[in-house]
Amino acid sequence: MKDFEYCAPKTLRETVSLLAENDGDSRILAGGTDLIVQLRSKRFETERVIDIKNVPELNELSFGKRKGLVIGAGVPCWRIYNDAEVVDRYPGLIDSASIIGGIQIQGRATLGGNLCNASPSADTTPSLIAHSAMCHIVGPEGKRSMPVEDFCLAPGKNALNQGELLVSLQIPANKKNQGGHYQRFIPRNEMDIAVVGVGSWVELANRGTEFKKARIALASVGPTPIFASAASEALVGQTVSDEAIAAAGEAAQSVARPISDMRGPAEFRTHLVGVLVRRTIEGAIARAKGHFVANAIQEAAG
Amino acid sequence: MSKIHVQTKLNGEDTEFLCEPRQSLLETLRETLGFTGTKEGCGDGNCGACSVQIDGVLANSCLVLALEADGKEIATVEGLASPEGLHPIQQKFLEHAALQCGICTPGFLVAAKALLDHNPNPSEHEVRHWLAGNLCRCTGYDKIVRAVLDTAQDMQTA
Repeated sequence: MKDFEYCAPKTLRETVSLLAENDGDSRILAGGTDLIVQLRSKRFETERVIDIKNVPELNELSFGKRKGLVIGAGVPCWRIYNDAEVVDRYPGLIDSASIIGGIQIQGRATLGGNLCNASPSADTTPSLIAHSAMCHIVGPEGKRSMPVEDFCLAPGKNALNQGELLVSLQIPANKKNQGGHYQRFIPRNEMDIAVVGVGSWVELANRGTEFKKARIALASVGPTPIFASAASEALVGQTVSDEAIAAAGEAAQSVARPISDMRGPAEFRTHLVGVLVRRTIEGAIARAKGHFVANAIQEAAG
Repeated sequence: MSKIHVQTKLNGEDTEFLCEPRQSLLETLRETLGFTGTKEGCGDGNCGACSVQIDGVLANSCLVLALEADGKEIATVEGLASPEGLHPIQQKFLEHAALQCGICTPGFLVAAKALLDHNPNPSEHEVRHWLAGNLCRCTGYDKIVRAVLDTAQDMQTA
């Protein structure tokens, strides 16, 4: 690994000014589970590594009825799934935060880093999109925000401009009659990269018989995570039925653009999109109705 | 690149060292501090042989910069045994023959100890889930899982 300078700023202001130096040749270190591997394998080099784990705004994990859930970009997965309130309010987010790598990786890896790494197979990104998460960004020009579905531009490329930093992710306050669910297909039980991943979220009306809102997002079936907006919109106003759910699966399949690679052929991936949309919509409906659907940790606990 | 001074608590003892920014915690533990119990397997976060606890949280030390340890408490496999004897998890690994070549063993011991800190009475499924980030190419895992479950049971009744 090539030498670099290490900085651990304590404020957001200091972080932004460090990022502006060196002609922008800096990399942000959050959990390091992607960055350190990439530096060691010489996928890229950098003059400066900026460790953001001492910046308070990036360590925030809090819920408020008005602001919803705020997840600082430096908060590791283990803090999220050990927070009883987040587990209770956003089980669909825990589905994905609890399956990234093993326990060692979850001790370090962050949702912010998972998103900034902009891998098409990121497990948490579909969950964030399904939950209508916003990215809060700060840079030399000030602050800006964007929906998570607009953040990933290509494999490994995100929407941050030079000198900008992802500060936090914000998810609207959950309400009764809402539920989310994430599932991925992998040939093993743990420690693998999604062949396909799907995050779904619904809000039900009329005593749980009708879709009031829906959001479906896909992983590993295109160069970026995909928000299946037409499939999501098509559910709105529909009576909850196997037919409506199957139609959403077909609509999602039509926006999937999978490649064939070592993890599976494109046809298989397209098939899986239909299966996982159905399963995750059903899981989201169950949770919206207040039923318990276990995440990976709860499943292990029996 | 000049070396930087880091202060940590390593297995309960105040420890200082100098390191370069690009050095991993694993490399520093092994080559600067002589704590060679922590092993390098894959070097990219897949195998868990380099598992340590940082402020109680389990992590792969190959994916931690040594500088990040400043002000933190690091626990390695060398901290498990006491002058009175082996830690129960070490004793059970011996009794159950839960190792063959031994390269993965320190990582499994540290990870299993972290599990029992967090959950003193895990189910078999919880043990397997927790240890999924530790790879062993010899034992087939079953003896390791039995050793961890037996440790938990003993520590419960102790």
